[in-house]
Amino acid sequence: MPEITYREAIHDAMVEEMRRDENVFLIGEDIGTYGGAFGVSAGMLAEFGPERVRETPISELAIVGAAAGAAMVGMKPIAELMFMDFVLLALEPLMNQAAKARYMFGGKATVPMVVRLPGGSGTGAAAQHSQSLESMLMNIPGIKVVAPSTAYDAKGLLLSAIRDPNPVCFVEHKLLYKVKGEVPEDEYTIPLGVADIKHPGEDITVVTSGIMVQKSLAVARKLSQEGISVEVLDLRTLRPMDEQAIIKSVKKTGRLLVVHEAVQTGGWAGEVMAVVSSSEAFDYLDAPMRRLAGKDVPIPYNRFLEAAAVPQEADIEAEIRAIVSNKY
Amino acid sequence: MMAEFLGKDTGYCHGRGGSMHIADVTANNLGANGIVGGGLQLAVGVGLAVQMKKTDQIVLTIFGDGAANEGIFHESLNMAAIWDLPILYLCENNKYGMSADVTRVSAKTPFKDRAAAYGIPGYYIDGNDVLAVYEFIRNAAENARSGKGPVFVEAQTYRYFGHSKSDRNLYRTKEEIDHWKTIEDPIIRFEKLLRTANLIDDQSINSIKEEMSKEIDESVTFAENSPEPDVKDVTEWVYA
Repeated sequence: MPEITYREAIHDAMVEEMRRDENVFLIGEDIGTYGGAFGVSAGMLAEFGPERVRETPISELAIVGAAAGAAMVGMKPIAELMFMDFVLLALEPLMNQAAKARYMFGGKATVPMVVRLPGGSGTGAAAQHSQSLESMLMNIPGIKVVAPSTAYDAKGLLLSAIRDPNPVCFVEHKLLYKVKGEVPEDEYTIPLGVADIKHPGEDITVVTSGIMVQKSLAVARKLSQEGISVEVLDLRTLRPMDEQAIIKSVKKTGRLLVVHEAVQTGGWAGEVMAVVSSSEAFDYLDAPMRRLAGKDVPIPYNRFLEAAAVPQEADIEAEIRAIVSNKY
Repeated sequence: MMAEFLGKDTGYCHGRGGSMHIADVTANNLGANGIVGGGLQLAVGVGLAVQMKKTDQIVLTIFGDGAANEGIFHESLNMAAIWDLPILYLCENNKYGMSADVTRVSAKTPFKDRAAAYGIPGYYIDGNDVLAVYEFIRNAAENARSGKGPVFVEAQTYRYFGHSKSDRNLYRTKEEIDHWKTIEDPIIRFEKLLRTANLIDDQSINSIKEEMSKEIDESVTFAENSPEPDVKDVTEWVYA
């Protein structure tokens, strides 16, 4: 199987679906000649032209609003926001319009749109270009939230997201763009709302997503040499959340650590814990459930401070060791 | 529509939308919007869809003087202009955004001058002149359909009643309201015009009024006798 990057996987998913379905189009800032801020849409203008690779002014509100309007009349827009942080300029169309149109109109509207959101820290871009806002997006019924961790998942999930009849926020972690993975050349999709065990284990379940999957996997591999067996459960889709996969894994391991980059307060780790504490999995717990999340601070500029603001491999390792040895 | 106002299951939106969010999507009516200016962004997307699908349609987006002071107003007009989208912007200036007098909260009026900032032809018309509205909107719609891009029409009109039930009209005089309700009322004015031209008499005016009253009464009766939505379906239609 050929190895391609996470960036190429997202690019390929868009290109292939635009070739298959003329209703799909890309809209966003600097996505044409420039190829997008992170190069994801490189070459697409040449293939599809300016109508379907629709370069916009710096108007995030209108970009997402236009996507919602186009989706309501049968198009399948993919809106690219340059940084996830800028979705805050577009919450109105996303949360008040796209998320609610179907319900408000008694099931008579569909809003098949994708908003692509490059998020996360680690690039030295500081507070307004580094946020992980997925927990906030999950709080709105009507929106789906997807956050792939590998090139394979990114391509399969993006195809499903484009074909999904609902507004989907597609969270891409910037540090993953260069990460390579095996991706088949033949068409495939990954259903939304289905988690994936990225590393099977017996002693503890780590529920995570996005970049934290990669970090958790590195820790799991390291600890396996010492006989600590870590199960890494990649949610892949945060909303709808694969509750059965969480329950099943915790019943097997009896311990739970949730890891996410989004800030702790109001973060989705609490949602995962609520799934466990209100299900039969609670009876299987041998230790308190723990979470490791972004600290409750804006992302700082200095690289040491930045690294300290979000979970790192050493933090995950220490937390797992503490839980499995009952020293929390 | 009346059933939707009363939140009944027979309403356009099965009682989920209500008066602020009423739509008839199957008839290409994408809804009233509870967010001031909310339609202005959707219009851009619908305009893009029309342009890409090469249909003969145009987009009509109706908003108020209040919406013209939202940021989306500018983003929407700019995008429509750079892409020559077939959008007819109809600004109903009824002099007040809730209690805010247009001239107090807008640096410069009329709003049609703002269209000029985006190279969009803008017109200010008497919104209570039935024939003028008819003529202007028809022409503007033809312009929007011609492929030359958006058109902007500002229609001056007035809101007789309070913004909502809590509105006690403290920000305007009774004389002003009465003036608009009588001298400036579009129906009274049109009636006068038709009388002067001998196109209508008392008998036909009365029969039209009776007919309209009957239609409204029937719609109220229909709505009142309609069933409430089933509570067990409250979470239906969140996702497609």
